[in-house]
Amino acid sequence: MWSILRKDLLLEFRTREAVSAVVVLVVLILLTFTFALDPEGARAAAPAVLWVTLIFAGLLAVQRAFLVERESGAWYGLLLGPVDRGAIFVAKMIGNLVVLAIADVVLTLLLVLVLGIGVPAAPLELALVNTLGLVGFSALATLFAAISVRLRARELLLPLLVLPLLVPVVICAVEASRIVLAGGGASAAGVWLRVLAVFDVIVTVAGWMLFEQLVLE
Amino acid sequence: MSVRARIAPFADTVLPWLAFAAMVTALACVFLYVPNERMQGPVQRIFYFHVNSAWSAFMGFGVAAAASALFLWRGDPTYDRLARAAVEVGMLFCTMVLVTGPIWARPIWGTWWTWDPRLTMTVILWTVYAVYLVLRSMGQDDPQIARYAAVLAIVGVLDVPLIMISVRLWRGMHPSVISAPAGTGGIQDPRMIVTLVVALVAFALLFLWLLWRRAEALRLEDELHALADDADAVDGRAAVRRTAP
Repeated sequence: MWSILRKDLLLEFRTREAVSAVVVLVVLILLTFTFALDPEGARAAAPAVLWVTLIFAGLLAVQRAFLVERESGAWYGLLLGPVDRGAIFVAKMIGNLVVLAIADVVLTLLLVLVLGIGVPAAPLELALVNTLGLVGFSALATLFAAISVRLRARELLLPLLVLPLLVPVVICAVEASRIVLAGGGASAAGVWLRVLAVFDVIVTVAGWMLFEQLVLE
Repeated sequence: MSVRARIAPFADTVLPWLAFAAMVTALACVFLYVPNERMQGPVQRIFYFHVNSAWSAFMGFGVAAAASALFLWRGDPTYDRLARAAVEVGMLFCTMVLVTGPIWARPIWGTWWTWDPRLTMTVILWTVYAVYLVLRSMGQDDPQIARYAAVLAIVGVLDVPLIMISVRLWRGMHPSVISAPAGTGGIQDPRMIVTLVVALVAFALLFLWLLWRRAEALRLEDELHALADDADAVDGRAAVRRTAP
């Protein structure tokens, strides 16, 4: 598992393909929001802007994690490797998580610098909220990317598969971010964080167990 | 397929008539027997179909999840067809819930739609299983599609409690302009309870019959494909023989 993760991260570090594309995409979506909402409105809606931007940029990034192997024909090599299939899932999921976390940091900086939402009073709590939200998203999106990558209309299918089931993450992450950005502590956002954590655990475990079913030939 | 052989005579002959009779009785109860609700008037009569559609929809999604898990475990395509049929029938009833609900809500709540947790939950469920059907139609030619769909149905059911909790919390944080109705606990008249139970039986029978028909249709489809493949194989052999010297 660690070697798959190491390979993916090394590849990413050398090419910076996903990170640079996702970061540019995040900037563009943020700009679009700013034009659509006007800067005042975008500032008021900052938690919503943060998560909608991350989710849509993330959906495009996650697909790539499996395309790397498919395009280079290394997928069967990966499957033949002496690892549990669930480990491939976890490695891919963590790889996606790292890319999204970088995009998340850039996006938060931009929200502060460009929209002027004010430096978060509780950066650690904000980091906790964002980590929990991104873990849930990565787990769900990585699992379904393994499905969509093998079908024809993959770009269309992945958001269809992910978005309905992502509802708990969207609601809880946005509400928790709203509380934390307004200066509330982790305890004020406690109930949202608990639901997010439960979601993360359930989807990660389900992904670990069900992934094998998706890669059987 | 011994289970199928055992229930087939009943499901093909008795069940449709039972469902038909129960549905006629339910309609008679709803329109002729049950009294008007004092506050809401005749529009409340849609309740008997609305609530029972919701139960049938949940039954469909539950059957789909159980059958999907059995399919991944045992690999028997019967379970896959059962899951697919259950989602299709469940979607039908879920759509009926979403249609009958606003018809009732407009005169009673004064609005077609409100983001009450139950309404939000139903519409999210509808999208989850709509995607299931999209996935099935998009991946028709993929031999692995049954597995993908089963994974979606299982993850979907695992997610349902979380969706329910988060939409409840979400609305709980905001003041609700239109308060939710008091629920079925408000029923006083025994005739209303009789009507509800009769309609429940009618909808359960209708659900079972539709599920059976759909699963059978999918089975015949699979058999037809298998026959067509065999025919192709025979043609292929014949062609080889013709071209051979």
